[in-house]
Amino acid sequence: MDATIVQAVLSGALIGMIYALIAAGLSLIFGLMEIVNFAHGEFLMLAMFSSFWMWELWRLDPLASLPITAALMFGVGVLTNRLLVMRVLNAPALAQIFATFGLGLFLRASAQYLWTADFRAIQDPFLSRVAGGRIALGRDVFIGVPQLVAAVIAAVAFALLGLLIRRTRLGLALQAVAEDRSTAALMGIPAGRMFDLGWGIAAACVGIAGAVLASFYYIYPSVGVTFALLAYIIVALGGFGSITGALIAGIMVGLVEIVAPLLLGIPPAYKYALVFTLYLLVVLVRPQGLFGRY
Amino acid sequence: MSGKLSVIKQLIGLLTLALIVALAGCGGAPSAQAPASPPSATTARAPAPAPAGQAPPASIKIGVIYPLSGPQAQTGNDMKAAIELALAIINQDMGDLPFALAPGTGLPNLGGAPIEVIFGDSQARADIGQSEAERLLNQGVVALYGAYNSAVTKTASSVAERAGIPFVNGASSSPDLTERGYRWFFRTSPTDLDFSRVMFAFLKDFQERQGVTLNGVALFYEDTDFGVNSATAQKRFAEEYGVPVLGEVKYRSGSAALTGEIQQLKSFNADVLLPSSYVNDAILTVKTARELGFAPQLIIAQNAGYLDNAFLETTGADAEGILSRAAYAADITQAKDLAARIDQMYQQSHDRPLTDAPARAFTGFMALAEAINRAGSTDPEAIRAALAATDIPADQLIMPWQGIKFDEKGQNSLGQAILVQRQNGAYVTVYPFEFASSEVRFPGVAWANR
Repeated sequence: MDATIVQAVLSGALIGMIYALIAAGLSLIFGLMEIVNFAHGEFLMLAMFSSFWMWELWRLDPLASLPITAALMFGVGVLTNRLLVMRVLNAPALAQIFATFGLGLFLRASAQYLWTADFRAIQDPFLSRVAGGRIALGRDVFIGVPQLVAAVIAAVAFALLGLLIRRTRLGLALQAVAEDRSTAALMGIPAGRMFDLGWGIAAACVGIAGAVLASFYYIYPSVGVTFALLAYIIVALGGFGSITGALIAGIMVGLVEIVAPLLLGIPPAYKYALVFTLYLLVVLVRPQGLFGRY
Repeated sequence: MSGKLSVIKQLIGLLTLALIVALAGCGGAPSAQAPASPPSATTARAPAPAPAGQAPPASIKIGVIYPLSGPQAQTGNDMKAAIELALAIINQDMGDLPFALAPGTGLPNLGGAPIEVIFGDSQARADIGQSEAERLLNQGVVALYGAYNSAVTKTASSVAERAGIPFVNGASSSPDLTERGYRWFFRTSPTDLDFSRVMFAFLKDFQERQGVTLNGVALFYEDTDFGVNSATAQKRFAEEYGVPVLGEVKYRSGSAALTGEIQQLKSFNADVLLPSSYVNDAILTVKTARELGFAPQLIIAQNAGYLDNAFLETTGADAEGILSRAAYAADITQAKDLAARIDQMYQQSHDRPLTDAPARAFTGFMALAEAINRAGSTDPEAIRAALAATDIPADQLIMPWQGIKFDEKGQNSLGQAILVQRQNGAYVTVYPFEFASSEVRFPGVAWANR
């Protein structure tokens, strides 16, 4: 096969893994509470800034600070649930939407106020120094080490998330609450704590994604917007509430974004039009998304 | 609770909001300050000229539109600081500076009235820039100034044109802007035509001088007004100078990844890359190019992102050797004492060195203020006539230009484009060779040999 296509497929799959991990958190929250977190992109932004500041202040590599970032974001998720989401849980859908949408605006504006609108980037993180920052596969195919490691970390996070939800008592409890909140409560499962946990895990996922992105992406207050838009598409494409769906749809979006313009000879300026076309086609045929339950 | 209805409602809401987010780009951040100036005093669109013999206005309001939030907020705020410095020089007595308005306070021909700037935030979006222009006109500004992004300048200046209010532009480079036959539009900066011509003139001179042969250029440009017009100009000069264009990639500004795009560029195997990008895309381009092992012999950027402070701070050593066209370079401070002094004042108030875009913002704004003073009135027609008669000599400029004088299209005909190269962490002038403070380093891409 043509080296260009091989390169495109590899790059697409790698970036798709990261999109998928960002989308996973979104999907998890929806599956659990039927609430869409419109501040998801801002969670990503917070995670990236957390990595940035730990590097800036203590020279901690984003890879080393990843567990701290994930833990911090877990806390942010729990706090968001306690202070905001629980208050609108029984409110009309519009109120729920605007609560998280407003939180997103608040976080983005606060970030600009606190840290200015400057573009930041972590200079020469550990991963970009390993093997010169890239691995050559054949003469014309390269993989960036940060992207590769990011994709591997995303894959591990997915595997752990899958195990947690399917194979542990905690996961079963989460599923039970998602299925039927009041019956689960009758069975002695504390729904409130499960919601805390769901938000915490979802935010930790996006925290991990932000930490790995920080190794090779620029960081600024509105950085989450583009990624969040892709995440909404991925969740809708994969099916609301489905973690497997998010994984597959994420990789699909990554591939379509990079491979399709190449194969079809379309200027990359229209790559998101192709992604949206894919989304429209899937939603027309399967309105619930690829793996959706509804 | 988990009824289908609520799910459907959620979905509708989701899609609507996803659309809003998509359309809003990075919108939503709070609009930057609009200093309190109740529109009650001057509710009319175009304020009435102060008739002779009457008291001069308390202040002269100018509306300035920049991307103060959103993806280019940092560049916008750097330019805002340059405008504030210009205001300080005009409104305070700084007689030791050679600018026409430095001595005395305010505008002497208008009874010493100070200039007051009302800022508008375009968020780098054409539609918001347009509504901000309308808002500023309703607040009684006598002229509009801005707006950096060519696409925003285009819509905002159309508002001024309809209202019959002068619009002066200091830093948008799309050649289109002065080709619209507008009566009220003036631009002090050179355009992408001048800037692109200098790139190809350089390629020709450089190959002759160094005895090397470069196989051709690849174009990489973002999909808004700036990138598209830059590429059009570059293609025109490539043909004129007989330089082969081996390929071009138009990409979406603000993409989450540029991997596919860079890969396509790599497949062209061109010795020279000509990117036209704003700062976020420029950072991502350099990082991605390095990771994909894409290292052309020379990168000659169409300014914008590549001369931005944030680009320099974030890319560090990777930016070494990159060339860019410019209208201003830090080493001008070695040749021009005035530039050195303004740079120093800018750093005192803003804590950052003066770079290209803020330097052009400063220069254009000073030209506008000078014209208003010469008009001696806030009447739009008088200001327009004064602008058209502008003739600022080189020694009153911080730029390496021959002066400011507008042609019949409103374009400054005395501007000059230069090429700079990043060497040892700073941009130095390398072309035209007679203005160069350093030799060109070749090949010019840092990560080629790693």
